[in-house]
Amino acid sequence: MSLTGIIEAIVKGVGLPLSSVDWIVAIVVAAVLLAFTLTSVLIIVYVLRKLLGKIQARLGPMRTGKKGWAQTIADAVKLLIKEDVVPTKADRWVFLVAPIMVFVPAYMVYVVVPFGEGNRFIAKDLNIGILYIIAISSVNVIGIILAGWASDNKYSLLGGMRSAAQLVSYEVPQALAVLGPVMMAGSLSMQNIVLAQSGGLFNWFIFRPLPFLGFLIFFIASMAEINHVPFDLPEGESELVAGFNVEYSGMKFAFFFLAEFAASFTICAIAVTLFFGGWSSPIPHVLSSGGWTVAWFFLKSSALLFVLMWMRATYPRVRVDQLMEFGWKLLIPLALLNLLIVGFIVSMGGGG
Amino acid sequence: MNGFWTQFAFYVLAVIVLGAAFMVVSLRNIVHCALFLALAFIGVAGFFILLNADFLASVQVLIYVGAITVLILFAIMLTHKTLGAPVRQANKLSPLGVLGAVGLFLVTVLTTADTQFIARTSMQPADSTTAIAQALLGKGNYVVPFEVASLLLLAAMIGAIVIAREKDE
Amino acid sequence: MNAITVHHYVILSAALFAIGFYGAVSRRNAVAVLMCVELMLNAVNINMLAFSRYVTPAAVTGQVFTVFVITVAAAEVAVGLALVINIYRNMNKINVDDINIMKW
Repeated sequence: MSLTGIIEAIVKGVGLPLSSVDWIVAIVVAAVLLAFTLTSVLIIVYVLRKLLGKIQARLGPMRTGKKGWAQTIADAVKLLIKEDVVPTKADRWVFLVAPIMVFVPAYMVYVVVPFGEGNRFIAKDLNIGILYIIAISSVNVIGIILAGWASDNKYSLLGGMRSAAQLVSYEVPQALAVLGPVMMAGSLSMQNIVLAQSGGLFNWFIFRPLPFLGFLIFFIASMAEINHVPFDLPEGESELVAGFNVEYSGMKFAFFFLAEFAASFTICAIAVTLFFGGWSSPIPHVLSSGGWTVAWFFLKSSALLFVLMWMRATYPRVRVDQLMEFGWKLLIPLALLNLLIVGFIVSMGGGG
Repeated sequence: MNGFWTQFAFYVLAVIVLGAAFMVVSLRNIVHCALFLALAFIGVAGFFILLNADFLASVQVLIYVGAITVLILFAIMLTHKTLGAPVRQANKLSPLGVLGAVGLFLVTVLTTADTQFIARTSMQPADSTTAIAQALLGKGNYVVPFEVASLLLLAAMIGAIVIAREKDE
Repeated sequence: MNAITVHHYVILSAALFAIGFYGAVSRRNAVAVLMCVELMLNAVNINMLAFSRYVTPAAVTGQVFTVFVITVAAAEVAVGLALVINIYRNMNKINVDDINIMKW
């Protein structure tokens, strides 16, 4: 009994035209993805705080609920009931639109993330899957510039501009690093990329030509794209008084917060799909169909997310000129080198 | 393309794109104009999807919304004076502009209204990315324009940096 | 009006082009003029893709041409905005009516 079948039955019963089945399926899937995004942010924030506590030899949240499991819920409630302050000379509409333009792309990316095998576990397997992800993630930049601009605050504007420069600079190595797996799989569609890596541990793209380089470039560039820790200068608390979101409070701040943590799960999910074999299991034909693929996907994504949180606890912040130098002078040439070598190997017949 | 929802999508997108374009040419606050321009670009990407050009739709979002709008916003912020009353946005040529625009529109529409465009009954390629790639880099004849376009981008990049950099005394 | 034909797209792109034309001719701010030029280029893209899809579906010539138009538009916007920034730095205004020191 698939979702489409259930909805068709309901629609026939109620008497709506049959062409609205597609719309209702789409709305239901969108609601499920939104619920997944919000729940995953809840869990990620709690795990992050406990993990940071463990690494820094302290306990983390302990008071809200047993061992502090309700901490994120308490934070969410606090953010929702806070007063929504808009600065007097701020541009009201732009101030309102900016958090929406940051959160909506982070949520829209989930449409093509392959949670499992076949058509059941992916919202829509677009045949331009990975290009859709790169295109939608580039809309983030506008939201951040507008947030910096609309707050009518010099520090906020400076934070917004720096963040925009950082995001735009690291989009290029991210897109170039993605082209490696695309060439080896011969398709832009996410499910095809995963299928090209099926067949065991050593078929994964991370172990194929020029191992690790493409993954490292993608991972580092994506961390810079989501303002994650070594690259979180635009929102550093000790640097620019929280940067571009300093004037935001309440629900609008919650949007920025949600967008950042949702995006951190997204980049782990995409890195897993592109380089670690997505939902396929490391031992061919063992536990590799149906619901087990979803379990493998979450296991791998969580492992990568654990690495991200570990980096959050370990590395200091990178200065803005070091950041730009690193992006333009090191990552882009390396990404081009990676592209050249993978292209050469694929043209010699080494593709999947 | 006969479905009801296709027509619905076409008309909704047409309202969005033309409405946003009208806001771009008439608003006083230029940051709002830039935002409506981004909305117009997203609407045009929607049209590309309706026309079965999926690769171009994502290229449109990536380049126009993700890069050109950012460039325009940066330029607005670097050339924005915070003092001074907002001036009227239309200059002396605006009546001629209206005349020219309406004239252009009428000439185009009346010329094509009677023309029969005969569709050759051939099928579209299923995967537009592969088709474009073959045309640009493979068996099509567009390799030379592709290389020239990359040279053009290089020249534009170097030129923009040289023109816009601060003079070091 | 039962189906969307190529004429619908031609009218749409003509309207978008006309709006962009009006904006490019009558706006005072130089950056706004560049924005209206981008609208005109988008109108041209829609037109070409509509012809490619309805009249010659098998050849993707319209789509290839659109790729080139997007490329050239990006290059032109970059250089144009660099020029505008330079003018602002030298003359402190970007009102196109006031930048007339080359007039005789």
